[in-house]
Amino acid sequence: MIKSLTTSREVLLFAAIAVLLGLIATRFPGFVAPSNLADVFNDTSPLILLAIGQMIVILTKCIDLSVAANLALTGMVVAMINVAMPGVPVAVILVIAVGLGTLLGMINGLLVWKLDIPPIVVTLGTMTIFRGIIFLLSDGKWVNSHEMSATFKAFPRAEFLGLPVLSWTAILAVIVFTIVMTRTTLGRAFYAVGGNAHAATYTGINVGKTQFWAFTISGALAGLTGYLWVSRYAVAYVDIASGFELDVVAACVIGGVSIAGGLGSIGGALLGALFLGVIKNALPVINISPFWQLAISGSAIIIAVAVNARANREKGRIILKSAEQAA
Amino acid sequence: MIRRKFIKAAGLGLATSLIGTGAMAQDDMRIALVVKALGIGFFEAAAKGAEEAAQELGGVEIIYTGPTDTTAEGQIEVINSLIAQGVDAIAISANDPDALVPALKKAMQRGITVISWDSGVAPEGRQMHLNPSSNPLIGNMIIKLAADHLPDGGEVAVLSASATATNQNIWIEEMNKVMGNYPGIEVVATVYGDDLADKSYREAQGLMQSHPDLDAIIAPTSVGIVAAAQAVEDAGKAGQINVTGLGLPSEMAGAIESGASKSFAIWNPIDLGYSAAMIAHALATEAATAEPGAAIPMGRMGSVTLDDTNSGAMADPFVYDSSNIDAFKSIF
Repeated sequence: MIKSLTTSREVLLFAAIAVLLGLIATRFPGFVAPSNLADVFNDTSPLILLAIGQMIVILTKCIDLSVAANLALTGMVVAMINVAMPGVPVAVILVIAVGLGTLLGMINGLLVWKLDIPPIVVTLGTMTIFRGIIFLLSDGKWVNSHEMSATFKAFPRAEFLGLPVLSWTAILAVIVFTIVMTRTTLGRAFYAVGGNAHAATYTGINVGKTQFWAFTISGALAGLTGYLWVSRYAVAYVDIASGFELDVVAACVIGGVSIAGGLGSIGGALLGALFLGVIKNALPVINISPFWQLAISGSAIIIAVAVNARANREKGRIILKSAEQAA
Repeated sequence: MIRRKFIKAAGLGLATSLIGTGAMAQDDMRIALVVKALGIGFFEAAAKGAEEAAQELGGVEIIYTGPTDTTAEGQIEVINSLIAQGVDAIAISANDPDALVPALKKAMQRGITVISWDSGVAPEGRQMHLNPSSNPLIGNMIIKLAADHLPDGGEVAVLSASATATNQNIWIEEMNKVMGNYPGIEVVATVYGDDLADKSYREAQGLMQSHPDLDAIIAPTSVGIVAAAQAVEDAGKAGQINVTGLGLPSEMAGAIESGASKSFAIWNPIDLGYSAAMIAHALATEAATAEPGAAIPMGRMGSVTLDDTNSGAMADPFVYDSSNIDAFKSIF
């Protein structure tokens, strides 16, 4: 029952993206050329990666506002490592990025789990702390493209079967986490915790610990994206990706992930991110006044969420009715 | 804390009046170049320029000083100690336009010449202010940078910061005023990257798509110019589309190297320090007076004409390209 609902919601969103692309094509036909769509997907890849992590966190009735700051901090650290030791291979850089991101995510998770602080407060705090640490590390200075090594910058751009590695990373993450969310105990525990925390506790799931793992995954993905982001734009400074956490949350909400927890899918998060990505990439080419652009992307979000909310509205079930009648 | 500082300041003031005569007796004219904070490449370069001016003038000693962090409090302490030392002139790049006024007023009462440069002080706290450039000069420079590489004309687009950014809007307005001097150059679009690397990158991509014949992107913002250069490089259009505008040499070195940017501009800190020292010297020796309409000589930089608020613009922004980028990329 629930499964059929989620699929229909995703189909709805997929159709919405198709309509959107059709509308854009009437104003700028080149936008729907396959090569351009691949570019749009590539550009949206960081958002997809972060949206997957955010979706898992939101499933457990939490929220992670520190993802963009985590991304910026990890990005700055790997960029500085690259400048100090240009010989460090990309594989090691990737391990450091994911490792540091994981660690930062674990800090969020521990504060939520062990100290029972509301997640929005924890991550608002760590968001500012992470940005502050970047400032301390970098002294407010930029790491610029000529200081980074060529291999460091080449990794996300390297082409493999016609797509850049950045795109492949997002595709791989979608596949891995679809399996994790549907086929593993931990994946199902995320749904259980957000759907009904009490029931989850009764079935032996540790709610706090599950939330901790959700933050850890979100952190790991943010760390990975940190390296990809910095090397793609070939610049690292305190404010990179500032405000990006809101895009990430918006992508999840558009993708039908319920802020109340327990409802959502990787496919939804992917489509939500793509929806935003298409809008972001289309606005510059369809020649609309910049003053309208913000209003348009905002309205698109609200419309998408409104449509989703209607689809989400599940009829309540009265489970004790038969018992009442029997009495 | 504030009270203690006040007493300390008062004490220093008293000390100055006692030792003031002694300091005056010195032969060398002492000009203090006070910067926002020590250890910043931009200001180190300005100090180099001031030293150059000192050598040219002869009999001038430059005291390069400033607080260790960019605070007005730190600068006030520095000013007080300079008053105590009885320097002849103070040329300051201020951390706060208003907070420094009382301390600088005191310096002027002691007969010290006070000018501000780079980052100004409110008019009552200085005799004149030297801006690195002016809005009309910048507006003209950004279009000139693009036009110089397009002798046969062409399509250019502007990538700005946010649609409401005051500085950028004024520069673009000034640029539009002088478009008549650059026949054949057509501004086909103005887009806004909001000073975010990812949005600027995307806007630059959009420009390349919607204007296939685009010849240049002008970005009068340091985030935008770097992002646009990267987007052009990634699209394989380095050398075909010239990304130019205002940027810092350290941030743009990669773009110059890749050919995505042929040249860009920003003030030259060496010239700025040189001019500040020249002006301070001219005012302190009473070779010139700071008053509206006055033209004050700045050695090899020509002269600066003051407006109603006693401030003036030094020169056109300085152009950086492959010939000088290596010398400047480590400076700022």
